[in-house]
Amino acid sequence: MYDFLLADTARVLPILVVAAVGIAVILLDAFRNDSPSIPWLAGAGLVAAFVLEGFKLYDPQVAFFGQVYSGGAAAFANMVVLLGALGSVVLSVPYLKRIGHNYGEVHALILFATVGMMTLASAGSLITLFVGLETMSVCLYVLTGLVREEKGANESALKYFLLGAFSTGFFLYGIALLYGATGTMLFSEMVEGLAVTERTGIFVGGVALLLIGFLFKVSAVPFHMWTPDVYQGAPTTLTGFMSTASKAAAFAALVVVLARALPVDLVAGEVQITLSVVAAVTMVVGNVIALAQTNVKRMLAYSSIAHAGYILAGLAAGTGEGYGGALFYLLAYTVMNVGAFGVLAALEWDKEQGAIQDIESLAGSGYRQPILGVTMGVFLFALTGFPPLAGFIGKYLVFAAAVDAGLTWLAVVGVLASVVSAYYYLRILVVMWMKPETDAPEAARQPFALATSTTVVLSLCALLLLILGVMPGGVIEAAQSYFDAGAIVAGR
Amino acid sequence: MLETFLFFVFAVLSVVGALGMLISRSPVAAALWMVQVMLAIACLYLTLNAAFIGVVQVLVYAGAIMVLFLFVIMLLNLEDMPSVGGIDWRKVVAGVLGVAVLAQLLALVVVRFGAIPDAPSAEEAVAATDVPYLGVALLTEHAFTLQIVGVLLLAATIGAVVLAKKRFV
Repeated sequence: MYDFLLADTARVLPILVVAAVGIAVILLDAFRNDSPSIPWLAGAGLVAAFVLEGFKLYDPQVAFFGQVYSGGAAAFANMVVLLGALGSVVLSVPYLKRIGHNYGEVHALILFATVGMMTLASAGSLITLFVGLETMSVCLYVLTGLVREEKGANESALKYFLLGAFSTGFFLYGIALLYGATGTMLFSEMVEGLAVTERTGIFVGGVALLLIGFLFKVSAVPFHMWTPDVYQGAPTTLTGFMSTASKAAAFAALVVVLARALPVDLVAGEVQITLSVVAAVTMVVGNVIALAQTNVKRMLAYSSIAHAGYILAGLAAGTGEGYGGALFYLLAYTVMNVGAFGVLAALEWDKEQGAIQDIESLAGSGYRQPILGVTMGVFLFALTGFPPLAGFIGKYLVFAAAVDAGLTWLAVVGVLASVVSAYYYLRILVVMWMKPETDAPEAARQPFALATSTTVVLSLCALLLLILGVMPGGVIEAAQSYFDAGAIVAGR
Repeated sequence: MLETFLFFVFAVLSVVGALGMLISRSPVAAALWMVQVMLAIACLYLTLNAAFIGVVQVLVYAGAIMVLFLFVIMLLNLEDMPSVGGIDWRKVVAGVLGVAVLAQLLALVVVRFGAIPDAPSAEEAVAATDVPYLGVALLTEHAFTLQIVGVLLLAATIGAVVLAKKRFV
């Protein structure tokens, strides 16, 4: 009865590696408090898991009786998550040292959050989905409130926790209704289960509640209220982590639910209408409110809401191209946003996690720190969606999928919204390069040495964006192969 | 017949308990109302032949968790809740919306779907919540999820220490 355990454990090995390294970090921290080797250990674990996932990119399998998907799309999403986590760990070390919170526990919590995200992205049943989601969320609540001397950090952590718990309630009710309607927790058996019981009404209700839970986690309008406050109060590099990796994981899980658990006519019907309206509203609201922000972190928070809208446009298409495009977008978005928050972290001086720093304080910083200036330029152009950077390809893929699915209006709204976004993204660059340094307050003009690790990560992120923008071929093909009609059936 | 009767008895008890918890102005009384909710729900499980889940519900929720709640409330030494002020219209709107959503959900369950789904037969229910069966399922089908739940609990413990320990280093 237990023969399968060995083979199935091998299939989820990357997740277990990250979990084991997380425990090792905690043990190391217990014996040598805040030892400098902790980030190295954490980074090594993430790299090992990344390599292990890489081997499984073209080898989709199921493990534990369908409870977990391994390889294929799950491997792709997990690699995106691991990339985001790795970037955040490396960028966090000098930043947390500066703000005096470089605890070993932080790295353990990042690793445990990564375990949750990978579980979420590999989920094959509602139970696995929920456990992954909660593991991720609990770690993120704590990381948000890390700087607990600050009122702002406490406020944002409490807000995140209360609203997150509330949305979890919706999610759980959705799961209960779906189980009641189909009699199964497994995505792969849901359509058949529904055909037997014919409880369509309850099923649709369950899908609606589940979608609310997902849309909260990816901060789509009208479930976005928590995002700006939480992003503003959290330590900057960890904001980068939660805005990229957790979004990538939640979106990857949503894609799997849409592609594998829901009947085709529902996805092409009510779900498509819902998602396209939410996507349009999210793109417009996110970009328009971002225009009015003076705090750069808050601006990037609204920008991340807008990006959730673009990705939802790909999901609304409901086709293999749309899902693949969304996966590619998540990769590009993770790289550019980890980078952008990394630059902000390096330029932070207000000792309140950038919560009170306005955009003027960046004046002239491009000349003082050319590396930060140039890489920030790359990230912002990529976020706007300029060719030849990866952000452009991502936008092209999701909007093209929407047009192919007959949602031309959605693509038009998306393109117009990105034009609006160019104003506030490029304004940051204007301030960094074209405003005289004297516009910035005295405290912002203190010279500082950039950590080598920060330089390396930011340069690599910029380089990766350029490479993905110029030669995206293989990655796009891989991402889109996971959810074409044949693969979905085979993946079951 | 008896089952239906018992269902309504315990259902009313749990709803009354939930309302009492929301309305009562003393945190301790609210916690005790909550115990009633937990016990009534445990009895509902028992009427569905899910003996193990019913017992665990009493042990874990009514026993351990609510006792912890009470300890925390007493350690915090809370005053009674402040008295109610004027009518807050935002709360009224929120309440109406909440009731509307609840009505929609109930309509889904009852009107559109026809009736409440048939309960599984007694033998089925006993087989599905039988302890050996649950144990085997946890260590085969859900073996991976069980590990991740372990990670979740560990992370929650560490998080509590990080957030709450005096002078954390």
